Amino acid sequence: MANTYTAIATVTVGSGGASTVEFTSIPATYTDLLLVFSLRSDRSASSISSSLIVNGSTSSYSSRYIRGDGSSVASYTGASSYFNPGEVPAATATSSTFGNGMVYIPNYAGSTNKSFSFDNVQENNTTGAYQTMGAGLWSNTSAITSIEIGHRDYASGNFVQYSTATLYGIKNS
Amino acid sequence: MTHKLIVDCSTGVTTEVELTAEEVAQREADAVAFAEIKAAEEAAAQAKADAKASAEAKLAALGLTADEIAALS
Repeated sequence: MANTYTAIATVTVGSGGASTVEFTSIPATYTDLLLVFSLRSDRSASSISSSLIVNGSTSSYSSRYIRGDGSSVASYTGASSYFNPGEVPAATATSSTFGNGMVYIPNYAGSTNKSFSFDNVQENNTTGAYQTMGAGLWSNTSAITSIEIGHRDYASGNFVQYSTATLYGIKNS
Repeated sequence: MTHKLIVDCSTGVTTEVELTAEEVAQREADAVAFAEIKAAEEAAAQAKADAKASAEAKLAALGLTADEIAALS
């Protein structure tokens, strides 16, 4: 990784699990942000959709993404209340597997609307496993100071122990 | 209780916080919205599959073979 990358903060979920992981007080001293995550949910399903919001906002998101499942691929329109940066394994997926992904946010501290790109794979030792790639926009000119990754598609559920998320700051020089 | 992890990037300190009633309500509202989106996606996919099956049946009625119909898609 280029030496312009700086790990701002990293978190590992403990034994009690966590419904969401939130990075707050993100400094405005970088050019771009990169969120890298490895997650698994305790919900009773083979996979769940992860979610991402910034600055606590649950509006003004738009996105398109493609998702393959091992046999077919389709394109989707994302929700308006959050981004869906991909599927991660849940309770009935192959044990001890995690879904890995990244979200890139250029010019996060600027005064224009904020664009995102993301890709993700759901590790699972079966014929079906999701891969997602997409891009989107948060139509808001505020600087991004917080990022939350969770699973807002569901009213309950936690990320399990050893799930991790790391936020990198990237400078253009 | 459901809780979240908050990482303060200015200090590096991680704290564990219980979700507020408002956050729980928002989460439940998000789940309802997601279910509606899912249902719409599944309905659209089913409609597309039904239209394809109908078109193939009409082509077969016109005398096309299965291989000829498959060659069109």
